[in-house]
Formats: sequence, C-alpha cells, structure tokens
Amino acid sequence: MATATQFYDDKVVKQFTVMTVVWGIVGMLVGVIIAAQLYWPELLGGIPWLSYGRLRPLHTNAVIFAFGGCGIFATSYYIVQRTCHARLFLPGLAQFTFWGWQLIIVAAAVTLPLGLTSGKEYAELEWPIDIAIALVWVAYGIVFFGTIVKRQVKHIYVANWFFAAFIITIAILHIVNSLAIPAGALKSYSLYSGAVDAMVQWWYGHNAVGFFLTAAFLGMMYYFIPKQAGRPVYSYRLSVVHFWALISIYMWAGPHHLLYTALPDWAQSLGMVFSLILIAPSWGGMINGIMTLSGAWEKLRTDPVIKFMVVSLSFYGMSTFEGPMMSIKTVNSLSHYTDWTIGHVHSGALGWVAMITVGCVYSLLPRLLQLPGMYSAKLVEQHFWVHTIGVVLYIASMWIAGVMQGLMWRATNADGTLTYTFVEALKATYPYYLGRLAGGTLVLLGMFIMAWNVWKTFGLARRAEPVAIPAPAHA
Amino acid sequence: MDLGTLSGIATALLMAAFIGVVIWAWSSKRKTDFDEAARLPLKDRGEDQP
Repeated sequence: MATATQFYDDKVVKQFTVMTVVWGIVGMLVGVIIAAQLYWPELLGGIPWLSYGRLRPLHTNAVIFAFGGCGIFATSYYIVQRTCHARLFLPGLAQFTFWGWQLIIVAAAVTLPLGLTSGKEYAELEWPIDIAIALVWVAYGIVFFGTIVKRQVKHIYVANWFFAAFIITIAILHIVNSLAIPAGALKSYSLYSGAVDAMVQWWYGHNAVGFFLTAAFLGMMYYFIPKQAGRPVYSYRLSVVHFWALISIYMWAGPHHLLYTALPDWAQSLGMVFSLILIAPSWGGMINGIMTLSGAWEKLRTDPVIKFMVVSLSFYGMSTFEGPMMSIKTVNSLSHYTDWTIGHVHSGALGWVAMITVGCVYSLLPRLLQLPGMYSAKLVEQHFWVHTIGVVLYIASMWIAGVMQGLMWRATNADGTLTYTFVEALKATYPYYLGRLAGGTLVLLGMFIMAWNVWKTFGLARRAEPVAIPAPAHA
Repeated sequence: MDLGTLSGIATALLMAAFIGVVIWAWSSKRKTDFDEAARLPLKDRGEDQP
C-alpha cells in the first residue's frame, strides 16, 4: 500500500449520539408535561407559552426531528463509513450538518412556544427555519452520497439504500410541502389551499412517517441487528425486495389521513388500497430482521441490547398491521379523531422508533469508545423493562379510550339524536389520560437511566484511538 | 384512451417491474454476491468478527 492509513470520521457520530440522548429526554419530558396538562388542564397556570397547543408541536418536533433525527444522523454517518470502507466525504460539511441541525432544533424550541407556526402538522416551523432545514439537508445529502461515491466496497449495502431513499425523499417532501409566500420575517402563507393543501400536507405527513420514521430506522436495523447478533442478514434477497416494495408503495398511502373529507373519493380509496398493500413489505422487513437472529436465539435472553431491537421489530410488526386496518374506511369511521390514533402513533414511535434507536445507541456507543460494552448491562436491562411496560401502559390506555370515544360519538337513539354529549365521552376518557401519563413517565424514566449509563460509559473510556479503514481487498 | 385503460396499463407495468425485481433478486447468479453483501456489517474492520 502506497497510501497512508486512512481513519474513519467518528467525531460527528459521537456528537450526534450524545445529542440523541439529550433531545430524547427533552422531547419525552415535554410529552409528559402535555400528557399531564390533558389530565390537569390548569397545571401550568395558563401561561400562554406553556399552553398545550404550543407545547404539543414542540413535543412532536423534538422527538421526531431532534431525538429521531440525531439518531439517524449518527447511525447513518457510522454505517455509511463502515459498509463503504471509506472516510466521510467532507468531514467539515458533516460538522456543518451537526451544528446546523442543533441550531434548527433550538430555533424550533424558541419559536413554537412563542406561537410562531405555519400550522401544518409536523411541518410547523416558519419559513426562515424551513430554508435552514433545506440547506442542512442538502449538505447531509452531499456528505452521504459523496461517501457512497468514495466507497472501496463494490456493493452498496442495503442499509445505505434505505438511508439514500430517506434523504432524497425527505428533501422533496420538505421543500414541496413548505412552499409558502412570506408575509414578514416570521409569518407565511402556504402556496396551497383547500383540499389540495390537505392532500399535499398528508402526502408530506404520511411520508414523513414512511421515510423519516420508517426507512431510515430500517437502515439502522439492517446494520445493527446483524452487527449486535454477529449474524449476517437472514435473507439479503428479501431485503432487496423489501426496499423496492416499501419505497414504491409508501408514497401513495397519505390520503388515508383524509378519509371522509373533501378529498375526492377515488383518492381516498387509492390511499386505503396502498395502505393495505403496505402490510406485505412491512412484514417482510420485520421477519427479515427477527430471523437474522436464527442461530443466535440465546442472545435474546442474555443480551438486553438485542431485546431492545427484537421488541422494537415486534412493535413495528404490530403497528404496521394496525395502520392498514385503521386505513380501511369502515374502521377509520370509528377510529378517526379518537385517541386510538394517538395509541397507534405511539406504538410506532415509542415501540418501534424509540426502541430501535435506543438499542442502536447501546450497540454503537461502546464501539465508538472502543469498550466491550456499556458501563452497566444491568441498567440496559432495567431500561428495557421500564420502557416496555411504559409503552404497553401508554398504548393500552389510548386504545381503550379511543375505541370508547368512537363508540360513544357514533351512538344514536331510536329517534336519530346522539346518545351522548361530547363532554360525556370526554368524562369517560378522563381516567385513561392518567394511564397514559403513567406510561409516558415510565418511558421518560427509562431515558434518564440511559443518560446515566451513557455518562458512566464515557467515564470509562480512555481516549479512543482513531479506527483505521481496512485496505481495499483488491488494490 | 380513457383513464381506466391508462391506469390498467400502469398497474400491469408496475406488476411486471415488481416481478422483475423478485426474479432478479432470487436468480442464482446473484447468490454469491448477496451472500457476501449480507456479511458486510460483520466485516468493517477487515476481518470477520464473532
């Protein structure tokens, strides 16, 4: 070898990993606060910045884009280097994505409580922040695809395909959905109106679920489950079909958010049919992930990190079965606008997304710090149980509350009048909001356990040596 | 050509594309490459890890 040894760029991975834990705590804390506000409406004394309507978008932005986003940045930068045997393309630009993303999160945390919002769910941030997001995202794309171009391995590993599709799609979704006419420095009006606005918004909204909260985390899954289990992917062929089927079908499922609205009926039916077909690739991927453990099943008993990953896939399978069921028009007529939807979202978000992220952080951090494992495997085990019980408590409360609301809202007397007033349904829901608060509090407690474990693991680490990139196989 | 015919053709083409991907992925020619690719996460330090 004539060239000097090259090293992986792990600095940015480490930065994003730490911020994943920090923003996880912040986002889930805000979640617990708003869950408490639903039980005790006057909890925060009616201070406008701390009202439910302003904190709720802060919660969703913080958990999805800050916690989930940092987790994706960290793992994608790690995985693309390790599977391409190449150092990150333009590490300086990767630093820009880190600081840019943190700044955007802070901007969100300031503007949303001030009531500065464009009013689009999961896309609330005002236009100057939207432009900043687009810039950071383009930089992310350049770093990621530049690294793929530099690769020394001929094949592009399936995890990178998922990350690549996610990066491209999120860029398109974000830019198209955020198109707006500014009316001052912090106010804008969407370019779309009426049913078109609703359709664009949920084309964005559902693909934010499909690509941000699914494709990217499947990328994590396809690297870290084989890595942690020490087994190759169960069926690489299935992973290829999984990828192409998932990304081509997800794009069309958005209208299921708008059943029984002003959206044309054919578009509603299209959304429902594509949502139903989505079961196939979703379950294909879940089975592929779980079966990767075949031959190493005993790790499910002994390795708490594997427990996180496998249970996350189980929640993924559960919520990708529940989702298509809820997109059937007749089921949706019961479930829509009820807390069932909230239960469904959290079985995906806390069960699948959070658990796979937490599992990957527990798998990634010791590798970054060149340690055999986390400071305490016992704390990982405790986190696993606290989190799992919290999620089950949360979603069970919301399921019961949601189905009950749906039934009470639709109940009619013989003469056609409504059997229950709205407030009667609300009163019946009330105890379940306490159950939700308890579940959410357990999940938050788990995140604190994680933060302590991460802190102590950093304490164990001596200065980690840079990791050399393997020499090309056939140079 | 009316919209129904057009969507019929589109459905048939997409079906063919899907079947094409499946045949490609399961062809025996791909097997060795895919078996190697499946082990990529285990090989990032240049040697297989347990």
